[in-house]
Amino acid sequence: MTNPTLRRQVINIYKELLNLGKEYPLGYQYFQTRLHKAFASQAGLRDDEDIKKGIERAKYVKKEVEALYYVKRYRTLRQRYAEN
Amino acid sequence: MSTALKILVPVKRVIDYAVKPRVNSARTAIETAGVKHSMNPFDELSIEAAVRMRERGSPTVTDILALSAGPAKCVDVLRTAMAMGADRSIHVEISDAEIKEKGELEPLGVAKLLKKVVEKEERNLVILGKQSIDDDSNQTGQMLAGLLGWGQATSASKIEFEGDIVSVTREVDGGVETLRCPLPMVITTDLRLNEPRYASLPNIMKAKKKKLEKMSLGDLGVDGGRRLKTVKVEEPAPRQGGGKVEDVDGMIAKLKELGAI
Repeated sequence: MTNPTLRRQVINIYKELLNLGKEYPLGYQYFQTRLHKAFASQAGLRDDEDIKKGIERAKYVKKEVEALYYVKRYRTLRQRYAEN
Repeated sequence: MSTALKILVPVKRVIDYAVKPRVNSARTAIETAGVKHSMNPFDELSIEAAVRMRERGSPTVTDILALSAGPAKCVDVLRTAMAMGADRSIHVEISDAEIKEKGELEPLGVAKLLKKVVEKEERNLVILGKQSIDDDSNQTGQMLAGLLGWGQATSASKIEFEGDIVSVTREVDGGVETLRCPLPMVITTDLRLNEPRYASLPNIMKAKKKKLEKMSLGDLGVDGGRRLKTVKVEEPAPRQGGGKVEDVDGMIAKLKELGAI
């Protein structure tokens, strides 16, 4: 039996990532299948420490995706509005 | 002791920046039906600026009020604004029938409306995006400051407080300019001001419980009629493809032909 608090955290971060994926430039389908695969590949983890590491990694990915969206938008706007 | 800030952040719902706009068949406007909309990116910067002021804590921010004027769907961008950290919001609803009859609000109409809200809600700081990415007018902030008789700092890339004096670094041609201005004032944001946060899922949920007040133009005593008429909207001319030349002589011949040398 896995730790229920950790289980909750994993589900939450998964949901947050799914929500982020709605705006993924390559489409939601692309993002969703890959996200699901990534989580499924770690489904066998039983050790609490390992699971915590996995959650940290998911949080890191979340930050990366947010940064990707920000940079993409910043660059587009900069290109459109920068005088040259 | 510095004055506590009561901030107003107006936001506009525009066609998403990633969507390529199309001109409608009547050539009178951009096609908006069935197109993805989101908050004007410059307005996200102003929400973020307001939220960061609160997080810094000095001077105290007592209230961040978001406002949007337009059709019912503007509620979506207000929810995003509240998920990012605005406390409550006002939706000035303009029905589709009203838009058909009078046309969409133009910057002067928006500025008049904002003036009423500033007075009603006793605001002492208004942070707006410098322009919206759909009509690119870059006028509302300036007009509002004029109507209120307040100081204004447009295209801000940095905002700092020194007691009741606000020091704003502005993006100007070929460099930056720093203005110092006492409250109350109007600030409009430029792209480099900050990095807007992403509205997280839990915060979107929490934002559903925040207060959203509905009003109409009539409630505020503002006439949203237009003074400008759009004569024609056209797509830019398609780009002419370039040609390849074989060698230097070919290039010189081509340049002569074009009258460049």
